Amino acid sequence: MSDRRDADGRYPFKTVIGLEVHAQLRTASKLFCRCSTQFGSAPNTQVCPVCLGLPGALPVMNEHAIELAITTGLALNCDIPSVTKWDRKQYFYPDLPKGYQISQFDMPICAEGYLDIPDPADEGETRRIGLFRAHLEEDAGKSMHDEAAGRDHSRIDLNRCGTPLLEIVSKPEMFSAAEARSYLTELKLLLTHLGVSDCEMQEGSLRVDANVNLHIEKDGKRIATPIVEVKNMNSFRAVERAIQYEAERQYQEWEDTGNTIETVSKRTFGWNDATEETFVQREKEESADYRYFPDPDLVPVHLPKERIEAAREAMGELPAATRERFQTQYELKAYDADVIVNQGPAMVTYFETAATASKDPKRTSSWIQQDVMRTLKERQEEIGAFPVSAETLGQLLGEVRAGRLDNNRARDVFQHLLTHGGSVEQATAALGIEAVDDSELDALCDELLAENPQVVQHVQGGKPQAVGALIGKAKQKNPNINPGQLRETLLAKIAAM
Amino acid sequence: MTIPLDSAVTLQSLLASGELSAVDVARSVLERAAATESTVAAFTYRPDERLLEQAEAIDRRRREGQPLGPLAGIPVAVKDVLCTTDMPTTCSSRMLENFRSPYDATVVAQLRAADALLVGKTNMDEFAMGASTENSAFGLTRNPWASTCTPGGSSGGAAAAVAASVVPLSVGSDTGGSIRQPAAFCGVTGLKPTYGRVSRYGLVAFASSLDQVGPLAWDVADNALLLSHLAGFDPRDSTSLDAPVEDYLAAVSPAATADLKGLRIGLIREHVDHQRLAAPARQAVLDAVGVLTAAGAEVVDVHFDQTKYWVPTYYIIAPCEASSNLSRYDGAHYGFRAQPAAEAAQQHGPLTATYCQSRDQGFGAEVKRRIMLGTYSLSEGYADRYYAKALQVRRLIRDDYDAAFGKVDLLLGPVTPGPAFPLGEKVDDPLEMYLCDQFTVGANLAGIPAISLPAGHDENNLPLGVQLQAPPLGEAALLRAGTVFQNATDHHRRRPQL
Ligand SMILES: [Zn+2]
Repeated sequence: MSDRRDADGRYPFKTVIGLEVHAQLRTASKLFCRCSTQFGSAPNTQVCPVCLGLPGALPVMNEHAIELAITTGLALNCDIPSVTKWDRKQYFYPDLPKGYQISQFDMPICAEGYLDIPDPADEGETRRIGLFRAHLEEDAGKSMHDEAAGRDHSRIDLNRCGTPLLEIVSKPEMFSAAEARSYLTELKLLLTHLGVSDCEMQEGSLRVDANVNLHIEKDGKRIATPIVEVKNMNSFRAVERAIQYEAERQYQEWEDTGNTIETVSKRTFGWNDATEETFVQREKEESADYRYFPDPDLVPVHLPKERIEAAREAMGELPAATRERFQTQYELKAYDADVIVNQGPAMVTYFETAATASKDPKRTSSWIQQDVMRTLKERQEEIGAFPVSAETLGQLLGEVRAGRLDNNRARDVFQHLLTHGGSVEQATAALGIEAVDDSELDALCDELLAENPQVVQHVQGGKPQAVGALIGKAKQKNPNINPGQLRETLLAKIAAM
Repeated sequence: MTIPLDSAVTLQSLLASGELSAVDVARSVLERAAATESTVAAFTYRPDERLLEQAEAIDRRRREGQPLGPLAGIPVAVKDVLCTTDMPTTCSSRMLENFRSPYDATVVAQLRAADALLVGKTNMDEFAMGASTENSAFGLTRNPWASTCTPGGSSGGAAAAVAASVVPLSVGSDTGGSIRQPAAFCGVTGLKPTYGRVSRYGLVAFASSLDQVGPLAWDVADNALLLSHLAGFDPRDSTSLDAPVEDYLAAVSPAATADLKGLRIGLIREHVDHQRLAAPARQAVLDAVGVLTAAGAEVVDVHFDQTKYWVPTYYIIAPCEASSNLSRYDGAHYGFRAQPAAEAAQQHGPLTATYCQSRDQGFGAEVKRRIMLGTYSLSEGYADRYYAKALQVRRLIRDDYDAAFGKVDLLLGPVTPGPAFPLGEKVDDPLEMYLCDQFTVGANLAGIPAISLPAGHDENNLPLGVQLQAPPLGEAALLRAGTVFQNATDHHRRRPQL
């Protein structure tokens, strides 16, 4: 990289991004008690002595959370240690009733790993993003500022308190906002595919903190700007925008102040979605001393090899492998495989079922990307509740492949199936679509040629496309006619004249 | 007839035979409490009329021929560190003065299931931190043998309630000697079980890796009876041991306690020869050697390399865990909340000011001292020097025990450096107070069971004790040896003049 100023008079710089993702695990009950993890219940209705931190209450670990963490760790290519343990992270806050959070300090359940993400700058290629670790911890409650109660009052909802989280910490190995987004998209796909998390940012089941700074090349030296941790982003788009904003802001700050990583310690910024700006939350990261120590109420967790291997077996095919397979098995293009796989496991199954039934994977892929996905988007529905089943779509496309239906008629059938349901046969019957037999076709062609001698002349004059004019007329006479067959028969008849 | 409030086993047979009703027993408890509480003050929540209601229900069920639990009609006092739904749970702290738990501790639920009469909540050092019960926010408990002396602590009220013959059975907790030391000071028998043998669910935590619930009563037989209703695996306590509970009543039966032939007992030399051990207390241990030898046991000397590190190790680990366990008392969710002074609220913000002042005013001096000790020992830069090192030494202490139990079946030694000391004597000298635990903390650090047995009285008629320790889950062995000892002695039969 050259360290010369560019046309705007700026030195070249690279944005360096590390992401900390908190994913809420899809367990029925909390991490250390049996309270429900259901989202959206009335405040403080899903609590018990344990998650309220009442005197004398003790935690009991939820094995399912361990299961989910192992599976995620394996999918993220992490080393799963044979022993992991629980530690207390201590700080005072009203949404933390015990005065400490049960977390994992020096022996996380998932050690170093990586995630391969689609490279946003190079279609079909991947980038490998390193992970420091992933560890389990309990969530805190929610503090809500309550206008009605007065300026100094807050209300606390402890329903979320004790919900299991997996904190996945990447290395600072993403170098653009687009890469950060690609990482999050891929991670979400993986977590939803594995069924370990719902990953709903709006509901807080996926939370992202971004650590951002710049590496500026100046006079042959690399200058690092102070690290900023950006919080409160509520969508992937917001993460992308916040990183872009931070990159600009940090460059400007460096130009204005000369601040570097050596002179200014890490700061915490928030993200304002309305103004699309970051803002200072904590000017100087107080070097908080959490006084971590092993939780004496919990015993270390032993993870025998057999358990890890069993989880690996049960994991099945991961999205990256599915993409590869779609390209070889179904001969889809990388882009098409990506689009389908990125819709999640339900769409993968839908595609495979439909492609098998239609025996035409490419047509199935294009129909899914156009007709199915567009309809889902319009109706704001999930593929699981889609009224046209994969078998039905496959059958319909099989008809197209066999030449019994053209694309337009097939779309009519599809629309009919969307609104009325039922089978392909029922839909075609309802629409009055019938197969046209050869003698009918023959007769129709003779009729058309007799009525349109000028078309015959044009074709004989070397313009075979002129038969196109007859297709519309044919449709008026018999809507069930197949345009392809019609064209072939017409051209054959003219050639034989 | 006089109702024998000093023996649960006797009460049990009188109740079963119908010679006594539960109401008779309950009335007697109320009378005895009325007579003794003004001097002893063993309770934070005293026995009241509700006791009669419990007793009436038992008697009615007995009349109707309904099945009754094994402790039906037997009064049991509960240390105020165990959660109870029908009585306050204060831990003798202003912080929890008005706190009522919405759930019962597992051991309390087990006692209710056995139909015991839950008599009241006994006084203690605040959050079980202390060795004299003087750290209670709700006043002193006096030793029934000498009202100018401490009953010991932290289960001082539990031991005094038994020694004053208000109740035959008392449930205490022992983190560094908190059952055994007051038992010794009050001339009663007290047992700290193996770590994990009794559920800690609902035991308000002081130091989680050391805390253990256990029984106090005049004699070993009553300890066995109570322990058999406390012990057992509890799925709500992750550190609870999923091992079968031995038959403790069989261990104290005549068939099992004829003699101690074949039993090897190690005398902890470093403790017997300790310069701080008062002469009468040493003599009590040596006398016990004679009794046990006469019963057929072989007593040999054993050595513990790390005894001088027991107290320092304990006073790092226990405060570290306490500093964390007591974080929850912040005035935000339950318990005492201070109204922060305007100036403090201005300076630190209303939230921090509320935390600081609630904790400052809600906790007593000793609790705050230990929170600070623990917070310091866990701080960045110090955790390695103190907490991590203490854990390493703890490992060595366990190794000492393992080595000893490779050679002997039980260990014998003193419980306390001397008899009960006068109230006020050590209250301003925390280090002196901490040394009260020097012979007892080893069992907590190693997680092994230990029993304190009445073993004599000094020239002022103050009780003295001896301690037997066993390998993990050796409760039955302790009870058996203790019974043989008590069959040959009468220290546990002497009663204070009250
Ligand atoms: Zn709960």
